[in-house]
Amino acid sequence: MTPSGVRWADHPAAVALAGRHRLRAWEPIPWVLALAFYFVFPKYLGFGTELLITILFAISLDLVLGYAGIVTLGQAAFFGAGAYTVGMLAKRGIWNEPITGLVLAALVAAAVGLGSGLVLLRTGGLTLLMLTLCTMALLEEAANLAHEYTGGFDGLDSLPIAPLFGVFEFNPLYPKTQYLYVVAVLFVCFVFVRTLVYSPFGQSLTGIRENTLRMHAVGAPVRGRLVLCYTLSAAIAGVAGGIWAQANAYVNLGTLGLDRAATVLIILVLGGYGRLYGAFVGAVAYVALSHFLSKIYPTAWQLGLGLLLVVIALFARNGILGIIEAAAHRLRPPRAAS
Amino acid sequence: MTVPLLETRALCRNFGALAAARDVDFRLEAGARHALIGPNGAGKTTFINLLTGVIPPTSGAILMKGREITKVGQAQRVKLGIARTFQINRLFRRLSVLENVYIAVAERVGAAPSMFRPAGARGDVVEEAMQLLATLKLTADAGRRISELPYGRQRLVELAIALGLRPQILLLDEPAAGVPSAESHIILDAIDSLPRDIGVLIIDHDMDLVFRFAERITVMVSGAVFATGSPREIGADENVRAVYLGRAGHG
Repeated sequence: MTPSGVRWADHPAAVALAGRHRLRAWEPIPWVLALAFYFVFPKYLGFGTELLITILFAISLDLVLGYAGIVTLGQAAFFGAGAYTVGMLAKRGIWNEPITGLVLAALVAAAVGLGSGLVLLRTGGLTLLMLTLCTMALLEEAANLAHEYTGGFDGLDSLPIAPLFGVFEFNPLYPKTQYLYVVAVLFVCFVFVRTLVYSPFGQSLTGIRENTLRMHAVGAPVRGRLVLCYTLSAAIAGVAGGIWAQANAYVNLGTLGLDRAATVLIILVLGGYGRLYGAFVGAVAYVALSHFLSKIYPTAWQLGLGLLLVVIALFARNGILGIIEAAAHRLRPPRAAS
Repeated sequence: MTVPLLETRALCRNFGALAAARDVDFRLEAGARHALIGPNGAGKTTFINLLTGVIPPTSGAILMKGREITKVGQAQRVKLGIARTFQINRLFRRLSVLENVYIAVAERVGAAPSMFRPAGARGDVVEEAMQLLATLKLTADAGRRISELPYGRQRLVELAIALGLRPQILLLDEPAAGVPSAESHIILDAIDSLPRDIGVLIIDHDMDLVFRFAERITVMVSGAVFATGSPREIGADENVRAVYLGRAGHG
């Protein structure tokens, strides 16, 4: 009981905090759409698989960038680590079972994340940004040089991935299995990240993002939390990379490239970072935009994308979801505003 | 002599050629209401940063209840019971007032590392945060973002976060700075009603506040302790008046 005689739990702010992790009515929509896509567009499942993997990868970035505020350009280092783990193990005939393969991809990527995070996260700002880029470039060059194991510039193709549960074959030309497999893995990873960001740990990450100095002053082990978050994010990126290698039955240097890292960053900015669903909205918007822009202006469609990003950076810093939130806030009856 | 709550011995800190703290011998007694005053650049905030472990001293020692904590890290000192507020608000601006206090309480009770339960499921943490807000008359603002609050109310959240750590030692760096005088009484009332067993060290330029609050005053000039005594002694000290009070004080 508070002195005013009102039970604390009845206060709107306490109710909001206590209930913010509850499932909202619209939250099943992306999953319904993902499953509907399977039935409606059977010819585009390869494209759909790629899109879902991109969403998974973008979610891993959202955890570090959107929640913990770690600015990184090197997230593809972990995507590539996961992809090459699956690729090298399968090519050498050591391990090709898909699900355990993803676990191994996650572990290897997490190890890379932990190792680099322990060093990188001592820094901040531009230094950190450059170091994440360096980590990724080092891995890419290592993969290029270790030709014997990684296939160098050519990568590893025709990976012999075992059937899922020993039954469902991965057919690169007709990727029904891949699509449903990726939907399931994305769902599991998403539930994990969603649980994480609504937990006290997730709350402390947003605290670090909002004011690192204050987090030190409330006794939080800031660097340990950041390293842990970075490692978990790396593991999820590793799963994304691993599943990409499985779905396409090949790995190449592009999995470790700046292009891939920059694309997910653009996706998050477009969709809105630190918002869980920004990855979904951003990925779909990115794909749709590049499709239409390249139809209108095939040689320089990226110019249009660039201009759009400038507009978003200037006028809608929270991306598409931010615009929707602002609109919903205006339409909502004032009573519910607090 | 009793063991002081917090003590520094010959504490020095140099920034290049500048001695921001020189041979500071300082004692904060249990339950103290102690003020630290001095002209701008006297090294008051540096002293707080040394006490809380934000920066390491160049030489000298810091002791809490007789135990040396000079090399103890910042987070660990908070766990030992040393909390502070900042001269300029350092809040989680895009989070609600309740979430701001929740973060502090969650750290103190060890809930913060928990990953697989929703934050709201820690009813004990939410309840304590709400009660703290009630004592500072912030209940009505609990759901608002910090960035939507007037500055004076934000200063209260600074205090609420520090109190959420249940400190034994509370270091207040200009708690009423930037607050319109019409609202500063809320801060003063809050400070007046702090639990008596907390040792409080307050830095402020506002002499009315200092003389109303403090039972003991330390004057710092150019990084060194210039004088220490009761408010009456300090107020009557001609040297203090010359270096500080006469110039920046009541006038």
